[in-house]
Amino acid sequence: MTGFILSKLLRAFITLLLTVSLVFIFIRFSGDPAAAMAPPDAPQEVIDYYAEKLGLDKPLWVQYTSYLAQIVKGDFGYSVDSGRSSVSLFLDRLPATLYLGGFSLLIALTVGISLGTVAALNRGNFLDRGVMAFSVFAFAMPNFLFGLAVILIGALGFQTYLGGQGASISWVGVLPPALTLGLASTGSYARFSRSSLLETINKPFLLAAEARGIPRTRRLFFHAMPNAAIPLVTLIGLSLGGLIAGSVVTEQVFAWPGVGQLLVRSVATRDIATVQFIVLAIAGTMVVANLLVDFLYLIIDPRIRVQ
Amino acid sequence: MKNTNAAILELSNVGIGLPLGADRQWAVRDISLTILPQQTLCLVGESGSGKSVIAQAIMGILPAALPLKEGTIKLLGKSIPKQRSPSFNLLRSVKMGMVFQDAVASLNPIKKVGHQLEEILLVHGISRKERKPRVLKMLSAVLLPNPESAYRSYPHEMSGGQAQRIVIAGALLLNPSLLVADEPTTALDVTTQAEILELITKLKVEFNTSVLFITHDFGVVSEIGDQIAVMKDGKILEQGSVKNVLKNPQNEYTQRLLKAANLDTSKKKLKETEEILKADNISLTYKKGFFFNQTKFKAVQKVSLSLTAGSTLAVVGESGSGKSSLAKCLLRLENTNAGKIYYRGKDIADLKGAHLRNFRSKVQVVLQDPFGALDPRFKIIDAIAEGPIIHGSSWDEANSRAIEMLSLVGLTPQSAERYPQEFSGGQRQRICIARALIMRPEVLIADEAVSALDVSIQVKILDLFEDLQKRLGFAMVFITHDLHVAAAISDSVIVMKDGQVVESGPTSSVFKNPQAKYTKMLLSSAPGYQGGEAL
Repeated sequence: MTGFILSKLLRAFITLLLTVSLVFIFIRFSGDPAAAMAPPDAPQEVIDYYAEKLGLDKPLWVQYTSYLAQIVKGDFGYSVDSGRSSVSLFLDRLPATLYLGGFSLLIALTVGISLGTVAALNRGNFLDRGVMAFSVFAFAMPNFLFGLAVILIGALGFQTYLGGQGASISWVGVLPPALTLGLASTGSYARFSRSSLLETINKPFLLAAEARGIPRTRRLFFHAMPNAAIPLVTLIGLSLGGLIAGSVVTEQVFAWPGVGQLLVRSVATRDIATVQFIVLAIAGTMVVANLLVDFLYLIIDPRIRVQ
Repeated sequence: MKNTNAAILELSNVGIGLPLGADRQWAVRDISLTILPQQTLCLVGESGSGKSVIAQAIMGILPAALPLKEGTIKLLGKSIPKQRSPSFNLLRSVKMGMVFQDAVASLNPIKKVGHQLEEILLVHGISRKERKPRVLKMLSAVLLPNPESAYRSYPHEMSGGQAQRIVIAGALLLNPSLLVADEPTTALDVTTQAEILELITKLKVEFNTSVLFITHDFGVVSEIGDQIAVMKDGKILEQGSVKNVLKNPQNEYTQRLLKAANLDTSKKKLKETEEILKADNISLTYKKGFFFNQTKFKAVQKVSLSLTAGSTLAVVGESGSGKSSLAKCLLRLENTNAGKIYYRGKDIADLKGAHLRNFRSKVQVVLQDPFGALDPRFKIIDAIAEGPIIHGSSWDEANSRAIEMLSLVGLTPQSAERYPQEFSGGQRQRICIARALIMRPEVLIADEAVSALDVSIQVKILDLFEDLQKRLGFAMVFITHDLHVAAAISDSVIVMKDGQVVESGPTSSVFKNPQAKYTKMLLSSAPGYQGGEAL
């Protein structure tokens, strides 16, 4: 088991190192940062001055190692736009994004899994078909379109503006974007939990449990659901990992003051330090979420422990 | 028990329907059976004969697609309702316990077995204090060496035999009047099978229960049964006491099944001819995991064997004995860690390019699972003709030879254009054999090639192997766990255990006069086999 944990940790470390290196490479490819910092009509000397100040005149591997050293120290550079550290800009926006993402995940999990369970237990009849039709609609619907539709319906039908109130985060304000963001994953949770539960229900041990006299509800909640939940954990892990990156479009549509909005703006203004940190943060959450899922498997599935 | 002579279970004229569009209208019909106190009734038949459907009807776990349409089932004199009824099922589970073929699969994989057994007591309202001691007592009754540790185990941590003991413990926990066992030993090794049969016999007396034992194996029937009912296509063909039916079967089908179950080595003699395949002290070690959790597993250890042209060598052993790993080495699908394998005097490890391709075409394999071995998207003719085409024959020639092969293995040329799903297990195995033999191999390796088949089909496929061998003259390595099969087909035999050869020699002498302790044990565990005499 320690071997299992160590190899997973090693894998996570390698993935992080690769991401950090790829970010370094891509930013070097995307143009000369010194030229980007200087005003458009700046003379060559000014650009050279910036390049020297940023260490861009040194060989690539020296740049790479000092970049790694800075990351280890927790120094992710400063936003050229506002002059603040990219980390503090990110942290300012993080609560709003987590609030929105967490809320939408909650909706997706409760609604999706309940729908999936209902569909599995009513296999083949109208309830099942209805749920499946809804889930196809849900993940086929692009969220920018659905978001706009929500705003439109709110405005025309209820005379309420749902498009966001700028910087404020509120219970009422989070619902429209959370619904929009959660719709697609509700669909996939419904589908996934349905097929997983159907597969489990047809396993021999549930027939055996019936023969042992275990009542139906107990079979469902104590035997079928825990087993069916095992593959769902992977999906939940992916959702958690995508918590920061997933809401870029929705935040734009609803003017939600989160990380996604910051990312879009930083890209537009070529604020390299901020973009770089957000990309690293997104990759980092994905890696950590996957690691958590791996360890969670150790707890919920005894079969993995023996390896 | 008020009246000791009253039937525990009585089925009269039971008929269970099949859904529309099935190959017959009734799953089973006109089934009348009686089980008396402390008696074991064996229900015998091949797969598809309807045995398990009867068990499910008795236990009240018939799928909705198979309704109980006719007749009555009486348990301890009371009629069982025809519809699925949750409240009655709770009651029913007190009176009857069921044991399934795949014990590990009939336990919840993520809960400790002790808790799963306690749950049975819980749903029948037994207090928390009483539960654990009762479960532990039951676990020692099924002769698990360490009940406390078994209680804390998960299903996957147990062997098939141990898991079957757990399931039996669960079935008998409420001291039922009837134990329904559906092929409980089919998935087990012979030695484990013998232990489980002994256990069931012991518990039957201890717990004063009757047993309905479903099996396809007459050896098992002769060990455990009092009464027997033989089934085919949903009907009972013959029933009576085990003694009478086995000694003097009336029905032609019963006679055929019994003949198929015989351990017959009479026709086998070793021919002295040219050596074609030889293994010299080969070993194979698997490494599992990587970096931190690497473990080594010695699958094959210093095995030597020799195969002469046109002869058959049986490799016998229980699961995990390294038989299939040996086959992979002989086919060069795995590279050995030590020792050498010679094909016609050449070390196969050195084969490259055209020589390796030639070796691949001359040494062919037939696998156990005829369902997994054929690509469901390939027509039969394409599956068979694929080999020759890859090895350079023209499309037309390959196809016409594929048709020839089909008739050689006893299938009609019309089957060429159909897909594997349209064939039964036995027919698919014929297709696999055709696919192997179209390469005109000198060696055919059959890895448990008849294990997944019913006995009467087994006999047909074994006959086919022998017939084709006579006509085409290839040598065979026949891997099996079944001593009947080994006896029927081989000239010489090697017995394997834990990756090593424990005994080898001509088949007749090894089976008539085994030297190694393990071989003796295997032979004495084979159901229905006593002191060299079949059944």
